[in-house]
Amino acid sequence: MPRLLTGYAVLFPLLGFLFNGLIGRKIRNEGIIAAIGCAAVGAGFVVACMSFFSMLGLPPEQRTLSVDLFPWIVAGGFRADVAFQLDQLSVVMMLIVTGVGFLIHVYSAGYMRGDPAFWRFFAYLNLFIFSMLTLILADNFLLMFLGWEGVGLCSYLLIGFWYDRKFEKGTTGDAAKKAFIVNRIGDFGFLTGMFLIYVTFGSLRFQTVFTQAATMTVGTPVVLWITLALFLGATGKSAQIPLFVWLPDAMAGPTPVSALIHAATMVTAGVYMVARCSVLYALAPVSMGIVASVGAATAFFAATVGLVQNDIKKVLAYSTISQLGYMFLALGVGAFSAGIFHVMTHAFFKALLFLGSGAVIHAMHDEQDIRRMGGLGKSLPVTYRTFLVGAIAIAGIPPFSGFFSKDEILWDAFSHGSWVLWLAGFAGAGLTALYMFRLVALTFQGEPRWDKGVHPHEAPATMTIPLLVLALLSALGGFAGIPQSLGGGNAFEQWLEPVFAPAGEKLAFAATHGNVAEYVLMGLSVAVALAGWYVARIWYLRRKEIPGLLVRRLPNTYRVLLNKYYVDELYDGAVVRPALSGSELLLWKGIDVNVIDRAVNGAAQSTAAAGRVLRLIQTGVVRNYVLVFLAGVVLMMGWLLAK
Amino acid sequence: MNPSMRELTAIAPLIVVAGTALVVVLVDALWKTNRNLSPALTLAGLVAAIAFSFPALGDAPATAAFGGMVRTGGFTSFFTLVFCVSGLLSVLLSISSVEEMIPVQGEYYALTLFAVSGMMLMAAAGDLVVFFLGLELMSISFYILAGFARGRMTSNEAALKYFLLGAFATGFLLYGIALVYGTTGSTSLAGFPLRTGGLQQPLLLLAGLALLMIGLMFKVGAVPFHMWVPDVYEGAPTTVSAFMSTGGKAAAFAGFLLIFTPAVLLTQPALRDVLAVVAATSMVAGNIVAVSQSSVKRMLAYSSIAHAGYILSGVVAANPAGSNGVLFYLMTYTMMNAGAFGVISLLEKPDGSMLTFDECAGLSRRSPLVAALTAIFMFSLAGVPPFAGFFGKYYVFAGAVEAHFTWLAIVGVLMSVVSAYYYLRLVVLMYFNDQPAGSPVTGRPLGLAALIIAAVALIGFGVFPSVLLGLTAHCF
Repeated sequence: MPRLLTGYAVLFPLLGFLFNGLIGRKIRNEGIIAAIGCAAVGAGFVVACMSFFSMLGLPPEQRTLSVDLFPWIVAGGFRADVAFQLDQLSVVMMLIVTGVGFLIHVYSAGYMRGDPAFWRFFAYLNLFIFSMLTLILADNFLLMFLGWEGVGLCSYLLIGFWYDRKFEKGTTGDAAKKAFIVNRIGDFGFLTGMFLIYVTFGSLRFQTVFTQAATMTVGTPVVLWITLALFLGATGKSAQIPLFVWLPDAMAGPTPVSALIHAATMVTAGVYMVARCSVLYALAPVSMGIVASVGAATAFFAATVGLVQNDIKKVLAYSTISQLGYMFLALGVGAFSAGIFHVMTHAFFKALLFLGSGAVIHAMHDEQDIRRMGGLGKSLPVTYRTFLVGAIAIAGIPPFSGFFSKDEILWDAFSHGSWVLWLAGFAGAGLTALYMFRLVALTFQGEPRWDKGVHPHEAPATMTIPLLVLALLSALGGFAGIPQSLGGGNAFEQWLEPVFAPAGEKLAFAATHGNVAEYVLMGLSVAVALAGWYVARIWYLRRKEIPGLLVRRLPNTYRVLLNKYYVDELYDGAVVRPALSGSELLLWKGIDVNVIDRAVNGAAQSTAAAGRVLRLIQTGVVRNYVLVFLAGVVLMMGWLLAK
Repeated sequence: MNPSMRELTAIAPLIVVAGTALVVVLVDALWKTNRNLSPALTLAGLVAAIAFSFPALGDAPATAAFGGMVRTGGFTSFFTLVFCVSGLLSVLLSISSVEEMIPVQGEYYALTLFAVSGMMLMAAAGDLVVFFLGLELMSISFYILAGFARGRMTSNEAALKYFLLGAFATGFLLYGIALVYGTTGSTSLAGFPLRTGGLQQPLLLLAGLALLMIGLMFKVGAVPFHMWVPDVYEGAPTTVSAFMSTGGKAAAFAGFLLIFTPAVLLTQPALRDVLAVVAATSMVAGNIVAVSQSSVKRMLAYSSIAHAGYILSGVVAANPAGSNGVLFYLMTYTMMNAGAFGVISLLEKPDGSMLTFDECAGLSRRSPLVAALTAIFMFSLAGVPPFAGFFGKYYVFAGAVEAHFTWLAIVGVLMSVVSAYYYLRLVVLMYFNDQPAGSPVTGRPLGLAALIIAAVALIGFGVFPSVLLGLTAHCF
């Protein structure tokens, strides 16, 4: 049964996209458009649930299903099929993407009401889900790449959805282009990795590649290059150092888009891809080290930037980058299932936080600056409470979901990695609590700082119900993976265990659970989270002069953080401008005009001239035609005789 | 010898098409008043033939029928599909044609059906004599169809030129058959390649094969036997050109694949080299002369010479990749070239003047749908993915490279670049030129339907080439 079903899960969003994209414009009724858009993803979620439950009924070793739909490209020895692979990992991702995606769709029906391009928005959203499902379910790298590119395209379309609006120094179109171009750099890495895989393994099918890889020895050089190239792709899609710069700007799109990009789809693609290739990474310890270091560095660095931002969505954007860093930290130390666990819990609370911020922005009539908010908790009770749940979850305070996933990552970082990695993650956890509760305090608590004319009101039910569902998931989602040290069975890890078993064999970690150190570290990370919360309450509610004092004391640090370490400016000076001027002076005015254009025009002119001469043979006289024919015969016969 | 039931079912599509042709002749003679009946019957007959060809589609070449005269199986069925699609598109376009005589004359449709029967006989031939019979049935129908716009001088001229040159070429073909029969003692195509090796008079056989090849090269319009192509395609009614340049060309290529099989070409390397040179010359000459044309129809005529060259490279390859590529190419070429000629038939004026590039300027403003369809056909003809034309070219060139005819593939790719100039010139004029000259295309629902079918098929086969490739894989 699930064999056929999997195809439908992908098909429904595609149909929804085609319907709304092709005839949505003609349908003036927003209700129909939204219903179809939501139903397409909802049906996908139903299929995901059915697949999951039917998989539960099977013994673990039979839980991998491949669904061959049809051959896609066959050229000589190369072959790529449109085929899906349904296993424990992809079904988890499928549940997250369709489940959270569905809630975001429902929310969008309320959020986007009255938008002139309502139909276009839902068409893009469905295409986004279609691409993401293709990426997750693909059974080979090429089909995965199709989804990978599709996600990139959709993010471009959605970030620039309000293409005529201003955003920071340019338009939302500029933000969309930035996302697309930065992602292209990552795509280059993915492509390179894919080429290397094909050259090395002779196939792009996951099963073939990973089975062969399982027989290789650790430290094979070519695998190092493959994994590094793939990781470059992952840093692009999942916004890690050095390619994270597009994600903060991605908030230029409508808020549900930010939720979709940051939580359920897109950014998790890189994490998923690295987890999918866990065997390859297990063969390359150097790559693992790089993944872990980049993850830890990103987690810490983005958290510091999040401390001082004043745009509600920007704080959340940096928090996403930081949380993604934790996921890569987990992957890099070989805790693949912990990384995916964090993908899941993060999808819950980050979608919740973004949708909550959307409700705030909605209520404040497109105001995003938290300096002009405050005290909104009274006017927006549902949004406030759910947002608070999200903040507690992301801060890692037990028993909310973020605690379980983050704590597992920190422990694995310590036990399989090194104390440096742990320290970065630990410090980041404290900072996370600080910036999140700063955000809560400045937005919802304290005194109102907005104009008298603004009358914030709670969002409609289509928006609050998704918030409530997500709040529930954020609060309870962590119980899927209670660690053994806390008396749980870590069901989540056990579920994914068969997928990561081949990588686990290569890594061969000793069992480390139940250690005293684990309890100590757990206590420390809870303490640091609570401390962050406490500091935020003091600084932003009781003694509000402290932050100002700190800024005056450390003006340079503050400026560096406020300007996000000047990374955008650095890229602008080091890459964008040289590339632009180089393109203009050397490539365009030099090579293009003088070399290529001349060559092309010369070739074209000589071709056209040759054509003008040759057409003269075509006299229109049948006699001459026969003559040419005969000449051809004579030439041909002469040639054959001469041979 | 009475034909068995199995044999009759095997040639069911042929019976249906030829039978419909006879019915149309009768209906036209007895029922002059109802003008819609003949085209409707024709369409029904072609659709039925397609349906009858489905069961054997994708099969291996099956056993011969009628004492080895006719062959059945996947190869024959595939070509039946190509011919019927070509006929179907051309008939749909013809009903919308502006030429005075075409839409109302029943004999036009009967001739179209006879031509399709001829083509089907060619692709099903198990014997050179049957092949020749089919070829003549097709050609004679074409001669008449080319001159069907009787009131127009260019059409008359086209018919006469085609007939004179066609008769001339047929002489070569028949002489070739005679020499092959003289040296091998048989005209059967079964075991043909085996008998060609180790003979007493290899030179005479070589001459026979060469003459046969000349006859076929004439029919596909390869340089230097192409001189008729521009004049005939330009002068003939546009919908007839659409039919001749697709179905007619495909039938001649079926002949290439049946007679000059890989086994024959591999034993006759000199002949193969000649074919490669002809392919290259066709690509070069066809494309270069097409660049300097101002009439869209004449441009397409020259481009069809170039396409004959591309497809010939798949024959030269003499390997499964190349042969499959030829089949793939012929199906997609039928869609895109019939579509391109179809666009002309929708845009041209009833006064018989040739449609120029300039008249297409700003078409996207006047008729956005037609402009979009034209763009699809042009991109596909130029071989731009994701349209099916790309994969056709890819497969034949891949076959050539595999057969160590890399130079031929290089020439082909370079010449494709040249072709992009004149194909895309039309697109540029349609979309980036603001001269709203002329009136929009209105009321020709069937013609538009034909174009939409072709365009959708081109995108479909371009995105899922394996669907079509699956049908060709076991043909040889």
